[in-house]
Amino acid sequence: MIPEIGQFALILALCVAAVQGTVPIYGAVSGNASLMAVAKPAARGQFFLVLIAFCCLGYAFAQKDFSVLYVAANANSKLPLHYRLAAIWGAHEGSLLLWTFILTLWMMAVTLFSKHLPEAMRARILGVMGLVSLGFLLFMLTVSNPFERLIPAAPDGRDLNPLLQDPGMVMHPPMLYMGYVGFSVAFAFAIAALLGGNLDAAWARWSRPWTTVAWCFLTVGIALGSGWAYYELGWGGWWFWDPVENASFMPWLAGTALIHSLAVTDKRGGFKVWTVLLAILAFSLSLLGTFLVRSGVLTSVHAFATDPKRGLFILIFLAIVIGGSLLLYAWRAPRVGLGGGFDMVSREAMLLANNVLLVVAMASVLLGTLYPLFLDALGLGKISVGPPYFDTVFVPLMTPAIFLMGIGPLAQWKKASVPNLAVRLRWAFGTSVATALLLPLVLGKWTPLLSLGFLLALWIATTAAVAVRERIAHLEGAGLMARLASVPRSYWGMILAHCGIAVFIVGVTMVKGFETEQDLRMNVGESATIGGYAFQFEGAQDFVGPNYIAARGVFRVTKDGREVTTMYPEKRRYLAQRQTMTEAAIDSGMFRDLYVSLGEPLEAGAWSVRLYHKPFIDWIWGGCLIMAMGGVLAITDRRYRLAWRRASESEAAAAQPVEAPIL
Amino acid sequence: MTPRQKRFSMIGLGLAALGIAAALVLNAFNSNLVFFFTPTQVANGEVPKGQSFRIGGMVEAGTLTRENDGLTVHFVMSDTVKRVPVTYKGILPDLFKEGKGAVAQGRLSSEGTFVASEVLAKHDENYMPPEAAEAMAKAKAAGKQSSDTLVVTP
Repeated sequence: MIPEIGQFALILALCVAAVQGTVPIYGAVSGNASLMAVAKPAARGQFFLVLIAFCCLGYAFAQKDFSVLYVAANANSKLPLHYRLAAIWGAHEGSLLLWTFILTLWMMAVTLFSKHLPEAMRARILGVMGLVSLGFLLFMLTVSNPFERLIPAAPDGRDLNPLLQDPGMVMHPPMLYMGYVGFSVAFAFAIAALLGGNLDAAWARWSRPWTTVAWCFLTVGIALGSGWAYYELGWGGWWFWDPVENASFMPWLAGTALIHSLAVTDKRGGFKVWTVLLAILAFSLSLLGTFLVRSGVLTSVHAFATDPKRGLFILIFLAIVIGGSLLLYAWRAPRVGLGGGFDMVSREAMLLANNVLLVVAMASVLLGTLYPLFLDALGLGKISVGPPYFDTVFVPLMTPAIFLMGIGPLAQWKKASVPNLAVRLRWAFGTSVATALLLPLVLGKWTPLLSLGFLLALWIATTAAVAVRERIAHLEGAGLMARLASVPRSYWGMILAHCGIAVFIVGVTMVKGFETEQDLRMNVGESATIGGYAFQFEGAQDFVGPNYIAARGVFRVTKDGREVTTMYPEKRRYLAQRQTMTEAAIDSGMFRDLYVSLGEPLEAGAWSVRLYHKPFIDWIWGGCLIMAMGGVLAITDRRYRLAWRRASESEAAAAQPVEAPIL
Repeated sequence: MTPRQKRFSMIGLGLAALGIAAALVLNAFNSNLVFFFTPTQVANGEVPKGQSFRIGGMVEAGTLTRENDGLTVHFVMSDTVKRVPVTYKGILPDLFKEGKGAVAQGRLSSEGTFVASEVLAKHDENYMPPEAAEAMAKAKAAGKQSSDTLVVTP
């Protein structure tokens, strides 16, 4: 019964989406306010309907209703409740439901925080989002129904893939989807502006906070996925340039470019056409990512569907969304105009260069990800593009981008002078170059890449310090604290996010430069030293978990004779799927991670063992979190709060008269 | 500079930068492509000498042996027609098993042994790496042909 309610709610949501995608947009074209007013209740209704469907699926999982095919395929009676709930997005159908649910969540947010928008604009935005959700609901109801029954019911479920039975599974997909789908808001703003033909600075100002929020979620989502792969896959790597990772990284690169180009459109009215294109690009890449990951084109832990109908549907959907929006763009963009001019050395020019570099980087990832697929689809042989390709491309592309990142915030809009910038930045430059050259020597190893990494990180940090100092010097105010407080939060947000990149770079540089790794055979009682830490293997015992049995190794770790910690890596065997899993033991720290994973059992209680010492690896994810925090700080800026308060006040004022005039 | 010249020089600079970037990307791309071969292709000598490539197929049952260091393993990869001996030093992935599909990346030594630097077995028990599946399918198709011809020739 409950699954049928869920299914019915989805059908109703589809009908509402059809109304929401057409009526308000027509209303905006014909200037009919009552038609436009349909958008808001329709969006909210859709949200509640999809919420009901989502809860129904959750209920089926909680109740172990194995008469639902999806539940039977992805849960087991022994699977703990929190993983049963996370299993909602454990495979294809449910993750699409999550996608749609998050889309309606964003719609709901738009209805709540759009009081300051003109009615026609809001109607168009919600209309466009309704069309997107129409596509996804149609997809679910035709070829990918999460509520499909399995009759007769299975006695027990097949269980969730053991790789996914992890706290990462609870957090990573929702965060990532919040980011992916969040770009649909920026996309809807762009399409609405194209439809309405009013691409002014106001449009950019409105869509900026939305884009930033989506970007923050995406940043955290990618970082979570990377951290998850690090401890769960048992290979100690944090980024593999796997096509699935690339699929989430491409929208991030486009979104980062979009944030910077929106800043120019907002402040200077420039880059309008480019900004719109980036908004379309960011969302298209999110859709492409969903397609790549969920269609079974790529084979990885993320890919489920092998049904060609599904792939075809997504492909057609992609073609309609991307093709349609690009056609609209080609048709309407030329009337937008170019906006203010600027000099070759100016903040605009630097942001433009940053944008070009980010987009080129994105394109190179796209090439490396799609080319093997094309070759395969055309029957021209199977190839794969290895991580070295991405490494060799990214370093030279990101180096100038990061160099500009230091200068950009200090350069004037419209026209800046090189000698002036050079004078202001000479100390920052001198300090970072000198330190970057010497620091690796102090650490005991010098390579050009190490120095480059430190240089980039230091350059960001020192230029940020210069920028903040100059900013404060120009401000009136009594004490230092007062002056610091009067700097707008969006400025602090930018500085913080840039410093997050610096922290990230330090992490990557230190890990690449100084990590030590050892695969070895260890007998019981034997000891091995790595990175100054001695690991003593005390043998492995049998251990019984809720839905698995395991061999659990015991490693006593000492440094200079002092006890550090005891680590318990496991080799698990999950009963339902009869699958073996390596569960690494990690001792995390501010400056280093110790990582132990069990290989295979050898004779006489010995094991093959993998030991890692990874300095500063947590800085990689810490840097991502700092970036996201910068984004959050930026959207709490006073100007947004003011706009929001003004809108609430004017609405309250409008509510006062007995009969508000209907326009 | 007049605004017109300025604009042109800017466009020129932009195009030059894009050109350099494109050259860089394509060069890196070209030198990092990893091709895939089946055991039959390897046995027939179709693979480039001294270059890294991938090989896929079934890990033949009963061929997995381990040296005394506990890390170096030897096994035979086959597509049911041709067999290629493989050595690998390191810890094998969880789902690596005899009688199951696997993909290895590495180089061919002068003695004809494939020295793997990486062994991939994927994330699911029932999963067959597509490269491995294709190798088997190809070999099967070829085998059928040859057995047909066998019937005709005598």
